[in-house]
Amino acid sequence: MDFLTILQILDSTLRLATPLLLTCLAGLFSERAGIVDIGLEGKLLAAAFLSGAVAYTTGSIWLGLLAGVAASMLFSMLHGLASITFQGDQLISGVALNFLAAGLTVVIGQSWFRLGGRTPSLPTDARFGEWNLPFSDAMSKIPAFGPAYDELISGHTALTYIALLAVPISWWVLYRTRFGLRLRAVGENPSAVDTAGISVVRLRYIALIIAGALCGLAGTYLASLAAGFVKDMSAGRGYIALAALIFAKWRPWYALSATLLFGLLEAVGNRYQNIQFLDFVELFSLLGFAALAVVLAVQIIRVALSTISVRDLAKPFIACLSVGAVLVATTAIRAMDLPLFGFALPVQFMQALPYILTVVILAGFIGKAIPPRASGTPYVKER
Amino acid sequence: MTLMKSFLGAAATLALTSGAALADPALIFDLGGKFDKSFNESAYNGAERWAAETGGTYRDVELTSDAQREQALRRFAESGYNPVVMAGFNFATALETVAADFPDTKFAIIDMVVDAPNVKSVVFSEHEGSYLVGVAAAYAAEGDTVSFIGGMDMPLISKFACGYAQGFKSVKPDGTVIVNMTGTTPAAWNDPIKGGELTRAQKAAGSEVVFAAAGGTGLGVLQTAKDEGILAIGVDSNQNYLQPGTVLTSMVKRVDNAVYDAFMQGDALETGFSVMGLSNGGVGVAMDDNNASLMTDEMTAALADAEAKIISGEIVVHDYMSDETCPSY
Repeated sequence: MDFLTILQILDSTLRLATPLLLTCLAGLFSERAGIVDIGLEGKLLAAAFLSGAVAYTTGSIWLGLLAGVAASMLFSMLHGLASITFQGDQLISGVALNFLAAGLTVVIGQSWFRLGGRTPSLPTDARFGEWNLPFSDAMSKIPAFGPAYDELISGHTALTYIALLAVPISWWVLYRTRFGLRLRAVGENPSAVDTAGISVVRLRYIALIIAGALCGLAGTYLASLAAGFVKDMSAGRGYIALAALIFAKWRPWYALSATLLFGLLEAVGNRYQNIQFLDFVELFSLLGFAALAVVLAVQIIRVALSTISVRDLAKPFIACLSVGAVLVATTAIRAMDLPLFGFALPVQFMQALPYILTVVILAGFIGKAIPPRASGTPYVKER
Repeated sequence: MTLMKSFLGAAATLALTSGAALADPALIFDLGGKFDKSFNESAYNGAERWAAETGGTYRDVELTSDAQREQALRRFAESGYNPVVMAGFNFATALETVAADFPDTKFAIIDMVVDAPNVKSVVFSEHEGSYLVGVAAAYAAEGDTVSFIGGMDMPLISKFACGYAQGFKSVKPDGTVIVNMTGTTPAAWNDPIKGGELTRAQKAAGSEVVFAAAGGTGLGVLQTAKDEGILAIGVDSNQNYLQPGTVLTSMVKRVDNAVYDAFMQGDALETGFSVMGLSNGGVGVAMDDNNASLMTDEMTAALADAEAKIISGEIVVHDYMSDETCPSY
């Protein structure tokens, strides 16, 4: 596997992870406030449809974006009305929204465009263009870093950069602001928040508005990338994002790594129908090593700034070391040419892996995934 | 308001027709939906052509889940529609049960063989049409790599891929055909994003022409092929007009003819088994103004030659579904 191939796979990973990341963050805000959001899929579809329709009619993807966000927020508010105001079952309301979106988009689309629920193809200027960051052409001549900058970091659409920015912003909002503290508290112990004189209902609605906006961005991204809406085009991404949310244990930075991992699995599956087991292990241990090295570096800086103690370095250090050992072992096995490892992994395995990983996490093998304590239960004020 | 009106209109039509519908034909679409620009739309066009020519009326239904197949069949048979035509191999199991329960109703199934006295099975020689577009791809590509994107992974779609690979390799024996399937569930028919990503991955691996047999996913393939500056080949309906100038051609499958014929024969539908191939116009290569500039004389000549040889039997295109293997990839 040469350097350019890895870059292309990572480039594809970013494109595939963008809608997952935005949707996952949407779920994060909503579930952290105690509202289970299984309706992410429906919001994605509704946003993709309306943004596609408006972008086609007006010729501007930015107006499309506004419409997409509005559609998704409207769905969020319906969810809120059913599950916060009327204290209904959040799962049922979410599932209902998914069905509503699947049907409504096609019916309205057929009535507007007469193309069977599809919107007409968006012309190039009604889609998000790829942003070439400064100097990407000039720098592409620098070995190693140049092509990485040109292929991987530069040349994505605005929404990809917005999605990546949304991670630190979400972290900051949730963990460094008073609003974030209250939001998390509402998901853990709403009566305590209520006792403090803060409106649970209001906070939960705000969380749903944020979730709606993020989902709207994700839906618009889909419509722009596919140049229009096709029925059911979200193709289960809302559910994968939910799996990623569990995998990420309801934390923003983990959400980034979970969605990148899921995107990577899909990108590898797209690139190779059947990947050799050794290639697979090599690719993942190489990328894992690189990612862990970055984490380790960040932790070392934090130790230097004495925000964390030296003992906290042990975990990332051991992880980094063991992944490095796997990498060395793979190279050794390859050199020895052992027939035992000469089998290929079918693409279906790659498609199933996100779910397998989520189940493994849920089963408690790798740490524990504990959802916000009050999530799923409507808050009834005691009288 | 207009939406409301059309709802009311639809309800009114429904109420009017349901009483007097005896012996009208009925058509059931598969999960891709009536306007998929592909397989189901072709079936729809056939039914519409029949309606326009004869002035007759017919009923149709789009399914939204697998569970509705038997229900829809039974409803139509009970209400006296005859013949009941269904577009899609997925109906086989449901039809086997229902056909036995309604011996006086004639059924026609497209893309699958169901052995019952009141069923007409229409299958297409997709491998022959795919062979031809494979030849076209070989002439259009400068290098020696082309690719294929299928929808759901199943033998019928591999039949397209296999014919395509054989056609390509008849011109470039040492070339490479990259084959990707979108997924293993029905969602694979409506995932243009994934179709686009697969196209990019194949282009990165050197592909110059992508043949998409993937329903709605194919729309993403055609779009991305245009964005990335490579050629694409459409499927089932003539899709040349979707992205003029970058769709090399389309492998058309005349599902419309099959539906039209069945509707024309009405309740006197001739049951049994029929194959629609190159020789009887069941499959073919789409030529129109949109792709005229892409088709060179050399290519057209090679296509005509291959077509004649397949019809005469000089070239035998291997059918993947006969033994589930393909000699060319």
